[in-house]
Amino acid sequence: MNIPQNNPLHQYAFSCQSKLLLKQEIPFSEDEIQDLMKRNYLNELPGVEETLTGYLCNRCGNRKSHLFGRIPRERKQAVYCRKCIEMGRVSTFEPLYKWRGPRLETPFVVDPCKWQGKLTPFQQRAADQINSAMACRAPLLVWAVCGAGKTEMLFKGLTAAFERGDRVCIASPRADVVRELAPRFKQVFPEVSISALYGGSEDKGKESQFTISTTHQLLRYEQAFDVMIIDEVDAFPYYTDRSLSFAANRARKTTSSLIYLTATPRKWLIWRAKLNLIPTVFVPARYHGHPLPVPQFVSSYRLKKSLAKNQLPQIIISWIDEKVTQNRRFLLFVPSIEMGRKIANLTNIECVDASDEDRVEKVEKYRNNKMNALITTTILERGVTFPSIDVAVIDVGHQVFDEAALVQIAGRAGRNAADPYGDVVFFHQGKTEQMIRARRSIEMMNSLARRDQDALSLVP
Amino acid sequence: MHCLWCHNEIIPEITWRNFLNIFGENIVICDSCKQKLTCIVGPACPRCSRSSKNELLCGDCKQWSTHPTFAGVLSKNVSVFSYSPFMKEIMNKWKYRGDYVLVNLFKAGVQKRFKEDFGKLNPTLVPIPLSATRQQERGFNQAEAIAQLLDLPIDDALTRVTNEKQAKKSRQQRLQSNNPFQLKNEVQGPILVIDDLYTTGATLHWAAYLLKRGGATTIDSFTLIRS
Repeated sequence: MNIPQNNPLHQYAFSCQSKLLLKQEIPFSEDEIQDLMKRNYLNELPGVEETLTGYLCNRCGNRKSHLFGRIPRERKQAVYCRKCIEMGRVSTFEPLYKWRGPRLETPFVVDPCKWQGKLTPFQQRAADQINSAMACRAPLLVWAVCGAGKTEMLFKGLTAAFERGDRVCIASPRADVVRELAPRFKQVFPEVSISALYGGSEDKGKESQFTISTTHQLLRYEQAFDVMIIDEVDAFPYYTDRSLSFAANRARKTTSSLIYLTATPRKWLIWRAKLNLIPTVFVPARYHGHPLPVPQFVSSYRLKKSLAKNQLPQIIISWIDEKVTQNRRFLLFVPSIEMGRKIANLTNIECVDASDEDRVEKVEKYRNNKMNALITTTILERGVTFPSIDVAVIDVGHQVFDEAALVQIAGRAGRNAADPYGDVVFFHQGKTEQMIRARRSIEMMNSLARRDQDALSLVP
Repeated sequence: MHCLWCHNEIIPEITWRNFLNIFGENIVICDSCKQKLTCIVGPACPRCSRSSKNELLCGDCKQWSTHPTFAGVLSKNVSVFSYSPFMKEIMNKWKYRGDYVLVNLFKAGVQKRFKEDFGKLNPTLVPIPLSATRQQERGFNQAEAIAQLLDLPIDDALTRVTNEKQAKKSRQQRLQSNNPFQLKNEVQGPILVIDDLYTTGATLHWAAYLLKRGGATTIDSFTLIRS
């Protein structure tokens, strides 16, 4: 139903539809809320419910008993969910509110895409499949290597979706990715209303046709999207935190298209693809057609001893010196914040980590060529693009560097068509299973790309 | 068992000494989080618990003890923790997000410090009240939650008349503001005023001033944090 702008219902539906809100998140007065409830436009849903097997949080799906707390309330006790408390408390006495009244229609945007570029045959094949999956409301796994140009492959499908008046969401587990994607999409689709949601963003509560969001923020949505795209499905914390996949599933409509984008799917997704439970499209080559840089293994067994003596191993020093003399930009990945800070002190290179307050500014400075080198923890392993850089990983044997992380890190190098061969070095203290698997997986992608390139070039 | 703060599992060590009472003891915080809770130890101002190099009265306390209205109303303040960034994070989640059970993180520290300083006093506890709207918003009063950790009679002798947040005010504003409280009922005997934070001491001195006029013999204050 289409509600005219001047009808007060327009404002109500605009703020409340397809969401699960706390009372203090609804921007209307108590009287208005009571009135809407009486007209059955707004329904109450218990925040936390008691079930046969224990308590259940209706916002984040939490069932773990140690993540429920008790709070005294008028001589009784209320049970509240501690898992999603950062988004405001829900309890057996603090309900969620759900819009049941008429819904606003999303506009049909004619010819929204202002992108002029051209897709490679690989990208074209994936873009066509994405488009048809979105139109048929089907699921799809897009397994594309780092630097394949995943974002560009979405444009065709998105264009058709906006012309149909679909509501679309791209969710990523990482706020950095959301911050990077939002301006790109705003440029390509200037006439589409876009909101970027992450903790502390200004777009919260805004109702748009196209939502770019962290997976956490999806906890506020229900039955909202016709197309749900999950970028980097294998990234932390999405694959460890079940409430996030719960949220992503609830946020999309019953008949909707679910598209997974990733360069390094986890086991369960690979198996589902192999068993044909989810249709899969494979993009083994980068957008510029050059192979992925294959990591070199360099041993530096003295790393721990050297660091204890406040020195860096000679082999790492000479790698850094070489890059500095060649005037190459590089990223140095370290497994822990402490090691990062230590090496930063020894080399006078800036260091970023998740707890750094200036994190966003430092990355921005590096991106704008104001710095030539940066030491980072795994926070920059994925979703960020710096045109032509080299990459080194120190202490690759550490458990934070699993196969997926290493493939992603290697994928930061050589992303520019003008400079497609980046240098990727893993400094190790004994080869590990994970680094060997990472290299094997990169080599496998490269050989697949060579084979498919020959096949695709035959197609006119 | 899981740590209340970091949710990591705690596996208590079972020895011949404790294997019988292991289920009676309730462990709520893991060792690494416990270490980050910063108890006030060592030299501090004897009147307000502020950490200092010597045991002398701090500058603020000198002013309070010669103040025309407030001189002598509050004998001393004892605080359990100092205000570290970690404490700030906990307070944020506990007070503003409303994660009520986090009060148990402080239980052991609060009880220990109380026993050391007020163990023989046997006072009546008076928690600093919240305004009605804030209490409604938050669902609980943090001062009352702290008071409930101690097994003593609690008397809600005060009500708050104004609605302003202390945290949003500057030091000057706090010291110049009017009395935010009213006395509900008469009190007697030794009184211990309970609050979460002692910053400038303005709130606690206003409370003590009213309680003194309301019949208390001695008034001390016991606060979770000295910032």
